[in-house]
Amino acid sequence: MSVGLEHYLVLSAILFCIGMYGALVKRNAVVILMCIEIMLNAVNIALVAFSRFVDPEGPVLSGQIFVIFIMVVAAAEAAVGLAIIVAIYRSRRTVDAGKNDLMKG
Amino acid sequence: MTLDVAFWVLAVMCVGTALAVVFVRDVFRAALFLILCFFTVAGIYITLNADFLAAVQILIYVGAVSVLLIFAIMLTRDAKQGSPSGRLRIPALIVGLALLGVMISAIISFDWQPSAEMSGMVRTQDIAGLLFSESGFVLAFEIAGLMLLAAIIGAVVLLREK
Repeated sequence: MSVGLEHYLVLSAILFCIGMYGALVKRNAVVILMCIEIMLNAVNIALVAFSRFVDPEGPVLSGQIFVIFIMVVAAAEAAVGLAIIVAIYRSRRTVDAGKNDLMKG
Repeated sequence: MTLDVAFWVLAVMCVGTALAVVFVRDVFRAALFLILCFFTVAGIYITLNADFLAAVQILIYVGAVSVLLIFAIMLTRDAKQGSPSGRLRIPALIVGLALLGVMISAIISFDWQPSAEMSGMVRTQDIAGLLFSESGFVLAFEIAGLMLLAAIIGAVVLLREK
């Protein structure tokens, strides 16, 4: 059986669930950000697979364009997120997501 | 045929490294596995005929994001604590497996009608044409540039010493 759209989508789903599990379970804020990056990559794989396999007439490149924008947002998110984590570490000496609960109601 | 073999090898490596990111306790090693995962995702883009995206993936993720992550890990080293799991381990596992089951059953049961043949090579020129044309995504492109500027300023302001 040759590799088709379903294979890529299932791979994307597996990666997304691994990332979601990690983001829910981990306590180190940097590792949570890393798991979110895995989830974004999973979505990108699905978008590129759609752009490659689903084209009624001629190549539809919108999927690849969306992936470029997702990468831009992910890079900005990583920069700001890591800056926030380092700033929190400077003032509170911990990156444990469970201990940084100042805004908890 | 070659692409099929490449896909299976890359897919197994990709899932394996992602699992390693989640289950390895040492944060630094997890970051190294994440870089490997980014590399395999770039390979998967190549099997999908998206060469430009593979190059961008390596430049942005392997080149930039991973360096940022490693810097952050070095700056926030908790004393030998690693990255322990929280209390939510079992519920998160159940939620993750349930979501995976729902997604896979939906993907398999839906009757996809993919195009029979690959319609020519995707050229970088076509991507650029779509990205910069008035009828395409030029407004989103400019907004993305503005957002990157805001992110840079935000990161600098957050990290500046008082």
